[in-house]
Amino acid sequence: MTEEKKKIRSLDDLRKIKEKTGDLTSARSEVDKVKVIIGMGTCGIAAGAREIMNAVLKELEVRNLHNVAVETTGCIGMCQNEPLLDVIRPGEPRITYCAVTPPDVSRIVSEHIVNGRIVQDKLYGRAD
Amino acid sequence: MLEDLSHHILDIAENGVNAGADTIAVSFDDDGEFIRLTVRDNGRGMDEKTALSVVDPFFTTRTERRVGLGLPFLKQLAELCGGEFLLSSAPGKGTTVSASFSKQCVDTPPPGDIPSTLLTLLVGHGHISWKYVHRVGKREFLLDSDELKDALGGGNPFTDPALAVGVKEYIAENIGELYM
Repeated sequence: MTEEKKKIRSLDDLRKIKEKTGDLTSARSEVDKVKVIIGMGTCGIAAGAREIMNAVLKELEVRNLHNVAVETTGCIGMCQNEPLLDVIRPGEPRITYCAVTPPDVSRIVSEHIVNGRIVQDKLYGRAD
Repeated sequence: MLEDLSHHILDIAENGVNAGADTIAVSFDDDGEFIRLTVRDNGRGMDEKTALSVVDPFFTTRTERRVGLGLPFLKQLAELCGGEFLLSSAPGKGTTVSASFSKQCVDTPPPGDIPSTLLTLLVGHGHISWKYVHRVGKREFLLDSDELKDALGGGNPFTDPALAVGVKEYIAENIGELYM
């Protein structure tokens, strides 16, 4: 018999998730983490940056990845290319992806964040 | 354009972050007749001249671009929707932005995905104390990021993706119950 997944309604329900995942996140130092930065200015929000942020978190949860720090930033003046998403793997250059859509997120996570291969067709630029 | 009220909340709250605030209080108040959004931050605030200028779309303090559309969009929308837009600010004290919308007006946007907005703020700016209240009539749901952190053992729990997704569901369930 399949048990219906219990909805998360209370702080206790959240504590149970915390117990299950333990201290996987805090065990790693910040420098070892892959950094993901999403542009959350007015332009980014209007272009769907919040949906990208949520898609990233969902993808990290599904893949059980704990070595990624997700951050947001303001407008960097390239509004026409939003949503912008940057990936910085430790010791590697900063890679900027542009016009990112939710389906692109799983590719960026599996290809770039996990395997270190840049997703060329969404690439905007790199900063060394 | 920003599609719904939850996108506007995110946009205005990000202004508070950029103003260097460490506490930001957001409220969504639905009294049956009007929906009122309020974002109060304790950031650096603005002098009177700047506070009057920020609703002009061609005013911005940024150097990356020459327009600033967030607040003008919100003001225009509130006024179009039978509501009002209020902004008060003082240097060193912070800024409060409030916008109301008549529920009778066909142009009033839907609330949108508020849990996604809150999650984006909690994860993106975990160092800020977020206070959110969602009121529907006399019922309300309160979310305090400091309380949430304490309940989950301190630190910044929102960096754990499983907890982040869980927090979003927690918010969605509790807001959903206000409408039942």
